[in-house]
Amino acid sequence: MSALRLSPGRRSVEAAPGQNMAGPAISVDGVTKVYGPRGSHTFALDRISLKVEPGEFCCLVGASGCGKSTLLNLLAGLDTPAAGTISVQGRTSLMFQESALFPWLSVRGNINLALRLAGVPKAERKDRASDLLRMVRLKGMGGKRPHELSGGMRQRVALARALAQNASVLLMDEPFGALDAITRDLLHDEIERVWQETGITVVFVTHNVREGVRLGDRVLVLSSRPGRVVDEFRVDTPRPRRLDDPEVSSLSALITDRLRQEVRRHGA
Amino acid sequence: MALDLEMKDAPLSDHEAEIAGLDALDIPIAPAKGRLSKMWEGFWPKLAALALFFGGWQLIAWLKLKPSYVLPGPIPVLNDFWKLAWDGTPQTPHILLHAISNTLQRAAFGYAISVLIGTVIGLAVARSKFLRAAVGSMITGLQTMPTIAWLPLAVLLFQLSETAITFVVIMGAAPAIANGVISGVDHIPPVLLRAGRVLGARGFNNYRYVVLPAAFPGLVAGLKQGWAFCWRSLMAGELIAIIANKPSLGVGLSFARDFSDAQGLMAYMLAIFLIGIVIDAFFFAVLERNIRRRWGLGVS
Repeated sequence: MSALRLSPGRRSVEAAPGQNMAGPAISVDGVTKVYGPRGSHTFALDRISLKVEPGEFCCLVGASGCGKSTLLNLLAGLDTPAAGTISVQGRTSLMFQESALFPWLSVRGNINLALRLAGVPKAERKDRASDLLRMVRLKGMGGKRPHELSGGMRQRVALARALAQNASVLLMDEPFGALDAITRDLLHDEIERVWQETGITVVFVTHNVREGVRLGDRVLVLSSRPGRVVDEFRVDTPRPRRLDDPEVSSLSALITDRLRQEVRRHGA
Repeated sequence: MALDLEMKDAPLSDHEAEIAGLDALDIPIAPAKGRLSKMWEGFWPKLAALALFFGGWQLIAWLKLKPSYVLPGPIPVLNDFWKLAWDGTPQTPHILLHAISNTLQRAAFGYAISVLIGTVIGLAVARSKFLRAAVGSMITGLQTMPTIAWLPLAVLLFQLSETAITFVVIMGAAPAIANGVISGVDHIPPVLLRAGRVLGARGFNNYRYVVLPAAFPGLVAGLKQGWAFCWRSLMAGELIAIIANKPSLGVGLSFARDFSDAQGLMAYMLAIFLIGIVIDAFFFAVLERNIRRRWGLGVS
């Protein structure tokens, strides 16, 4: 790899301008992220560009090493790009495969802490937390500890906690990857409902192509090492969709073929 | 964007019923147990162990390996314990109770300072690569240093005074607590720290809401070890730095030895031992059990 001059990248956050946003919710332009020391570095992301519209449900699929998590970290502002610009309208929040709930706090305590750190005044926190619990259908569970809940319930608390940050962009890093198929199926309905009720912009990373097609308005296919957007599929199947809809299946097959083609490149 | 969280109260749809049903199936069924039966479960093994301890002691006394004025059995010692606690000496009534009270006050004072110093140093070292490289091993080195080795210096620095005793207590306990904090912070699951960052916990908020509570299980182990070191250092300190007209457990031990009073000596030892048990059973064990229950770590 020839020496590439990297100018430090930028990430800017515009204040959320209310319901009528002009321009994309997320715009990533020529973003590069390298790991490792100079000389033997590898590109996690190489001049990746993408745009996500406000209120869009955008899924990213890719094999291992496509830099999905790197990209989400950059979007969340947990990391800075080596080159390129990222601009995000409003606040972001991030959900992981693990619920990452704080075990020393109750369900309500976890949500309250998120509200407090988001600067919600004390007087409003109780009502907001109750609303959020109702939103994820865990109304009576506020007093439970995370370990007393099932994996699916924990992810719903994590969703409530993420929504508590009053973000306009919700980043999800394989949030249902560790759940059993029945629970995952029901949570697809749940996240779709919450997304529709809140109008939040979602960037959803997954290994599961069908999941991407089930949920997304658009599915972006990423290449691996370096990560780049190599293809883009619009999902026109009307909602509510099911995982086993024929249209979902056929589009999944198409995207899977495209992904395999990318994977083969690394075997050759 | 403001989230619209208004929801209508409609009858359960199929989907809602499915989610509710799955939740109902997923909630683990915990066996309910009464408070009293739980307390008894924790209590009777302790009683049994104490009975075994006194029984063994009595057996050794009966073997008459040493004359009874050197190695008395439990009954005369308990008798002395009672007499020291209730009647005391002609000069000082209830001398054992005064001794326990004075010693515990010193312990509490020295321990509180050690916790403060240990926590601050531990947090600083745990979160800074430079400090860890610089003083990480030094803390362990200090911890392995016998308390008695600090005593001569303490006496030179502060004479035979309360300050000298407090000094050795802190030198004994603070490194253990600092090490506990460091290992507590080291064992925080990274995903919790990441979640804290995502939620916007930075600087002081990060320590207050994420790092300290997440490190708490390890911290409690350090606190417990710190207490053990504090209690030992205190006994060493009191044995050497004897302060006039102030009865303490260490002074009691020292006087009993001077008068070759084996029964009295062992009565004081019994007090030291029992206090150790009581503090562990009623403070540290309870604290640890609570944390394990709250975090969902194994048995409650």
